[in-house]
Amino acid sequence: MTTGTNEISGPATSSITRPEPICGMDTWMPVATRVTAIKRENLNTHTYRMEIVDEALRAQYRWAPGQFNMLYAPGVGEAAISISSDADTPDMLDHTIRVVGSVTRTIFRTQVGEILGLRGPFGVGWPIDRLDGRDVVLVGGGIGIAPLRPVIYWLLANRDRVGRVVVLYGCRTPEDRVYAEELENWAEHAPIDVLVTVDNATGGWTGPVGVVTKLLQRIRVNAERTVVMVCGPRILNRVAASEFLQLHVPPSQVYVSLERNMNCGFGRCGHCQYGHWFVCKDGPVFCFKDIADIFAIEEI
Amino acid sequence: MNADDSVRQFLPKASLEALIAALRDQGYTVLGPRERDGVIALREVHAAADLAHGMHDEQAPGHYRLTADDDQLYFNYVLGADGPKRYLFPAQQRVVQLHVEGQRFVMDAASPAPPKLAFLGVRACELAAIAVQDRVFGADDPRTFRCEAELSYCETRRNAFFVAVNCTRPGGTCFCVSMGTGPKAERGYDLALTELRAGFVVEIGSERGREVAAQLPLRLPTEAELELADIKLAQARHSMGRTLQTDGLRTTLARNIEHPRWDQVAKRCLSCGNCTMVCPTCFCSTVVDSSALDGGSVTRTRLWESCFTHQFSYAHPGPVRHSIRGRYRQWLRHKLSTWWDQFGSSGCVGCGRCITWCPVGIDITEEACAIAATPSQSNSPFAEAWEGEGEAEAAGEVPR
Repeated sequence: MTTGTNEISGPATSSITRPEPICGMDTWMPVATRVTAIKRENLNTHTYRMEIVDEALRAQYRWAPGQFNMLYAPGVGEAAISISSDADTPDMLDHTIRVVGSVTRTIFRTQVGEILGLRGPFGVGWPIDRLDGRDVVLVGGGIGIAPLRPVIYWLLANRDRVGRVVVLYGCRTPEDRVYAEELENWAEHAPIDVLVTVDNATGGWTGPVGVVTKLLQRIRVNAERTVVMVCGPRILNRVAASEFLQLHVPPSQVYVSLERNMNCGFGRCGHCQYGHWFVCKDGPVFCFKDIADIFAIEEI
Repeated sequence: MNADDSVRQFLPKASLEALIAALRDQGYTVLGPRERDGVIALREVHAAADLAHGMHDEQAPGHYRLTADDDQLYFNYVLGADGPKRYLFPAQQRVVQLHVEGQRFVMDAASPAPPKLAFLGVRACELAAIAVQDRVFGADDPRTFRCEAELSYCETRRNAFFVAVNCTRPGGTCFCVSMGTGPKAERGYDLALTELRAGFVVEIGSERGREVAAQLPLRLPTEAELELADIKLAQARHSMGRTLQTDGLRTTLARNIEHPRWDQVAKRCLSCGNCTMVCPTCFCSTVVDSSALDGGSVTRTRLWESCFTHQFSYAHPGPVRHSIRGRYRQWLRHKLSTWWDQFGSSGCVGCGRCITWCPVGIDITEEACAIAATPSQSNSPFAEAWEGEGEAEAAGEVPR
């Protein structure tokens, strides 16, 4: 490998913190969580703030940015939803959910004070422990910003440990933005760069227009010291990874969060297989260098 | 004379009854091969007369027939469509039943007690398949986590008694010799039988097996009986219906994600999922919820799932593997290649069921062989970017 001396050494994923599930690895019996607040993000996306009903379990619950829970609507089923709040307040769990199927539609009808089930947290998260002294670029598309939001919170809380921080976010229209107020707030007041682009400039949008990777033209990337984290639709993951490799960011410093059908969350049901990986337990966050051999292959 | 001849014994044919009775006396539900709808099926047997006998099976791609044969022989056929997986990893199994009470979930019913099963007539490839599923479900690793369904697997499996039958007449789609799993059971059994016309040469594989054997009218086998058993097994090794060249196959399939053969097989494959339903190692499942009609309780049930369905890989906005090509490729590469990465062994034991029960007769050995014969080595555009990173960087570009 001829990447720079500054390149992160060691295995890509082994050192990443991975809290064990408090629930769900050894049972299909979910724990009850109470919805404490619901925030409308856009037409079909809400953020549900939840707390585990059982206080002892709530106190035990730990998770890492990038991990996900299986949220459960009794009688309907479960959906894998990444946790989008601040991992430093692990008793307060945000899940940003877009209506795409029967489970998410049922959750959409849930009111504040009602309960849902939860198993988790599952999976391997973002390389939070490998960011010291690095520039960090986060790339989110649509609801893909949800698993990146905990990283933003972490970066803001540990701002002096990292170099430059850039958040690139793209969605269809300004009305489709998830966490719109927060993004605007960070852009104006936080010591990070936040660039938002939309595919269609509806309303009074005066910002950038185009796919999120076009925002790359607006930033300077110091490839060797940059860690990239991408989460979006399949096509965005593909294009973004490709763009950063072209900028000579080492494959060991590009991370992608993948979405797959998940049922068990612990690598036993087989649904989420991606090559030989189980996305639920080996991912959902992967270091690009570990998946380069199968990345972007259709139907893998 | 073999070194282990001191432990080989002989069970006269009429005393097969005694074996079944001994197992039933110990509280086992005895499951053995019975004829059911023209197919050998693993079902409960109460007496030796329940066992299918005096017949052999003709198996070929997409073909299965039972034919009358030597009336003195019980186990002259090989595998039917089902096997021990039907009982260890049931196609439908309740994992939990619960109801909502205020702001709590209350569990209504614990998992049922695991059954005590004795499998009679288990073949070597089946024992190998059980060992494969042991690794999948963590039965061989006490430190691993287990959900309700896996606990049930592990307990049922631990309780189970295995009477193996060594195959002396392999079927037309068998290739256990290629996979190193048969035709003789080498491990994982309590008792192993090699059938001769007069009776069975018996090997004892466990303490539990020894206890059952002690209750049987066993005698020492004659030199001729042992020799005949050895000859029959040696002949079986040489009469496999199929072969699979496994050397380098794992790597070949890892590197041939793109290959024209996938297009060809996709034209024949119906994506019916039969191969996954009859496979003794396939472990994919889906847990589904169903509500009681009174709305009171919810039952969560684990069902077998097949990678040949659309819903298997469905994630918004659509299935990842939307074509038959993609789904067949997933199945075959998983069995013979990525299974090694996941569980340290092949996912195929060479039982041949997927060949026999494929309605269009697709043959896994033929497909794997065709790819190995003309490897294409063209994979992800990114694979090159990664492997050839140094040169690509020197040239100033990374292929997209």
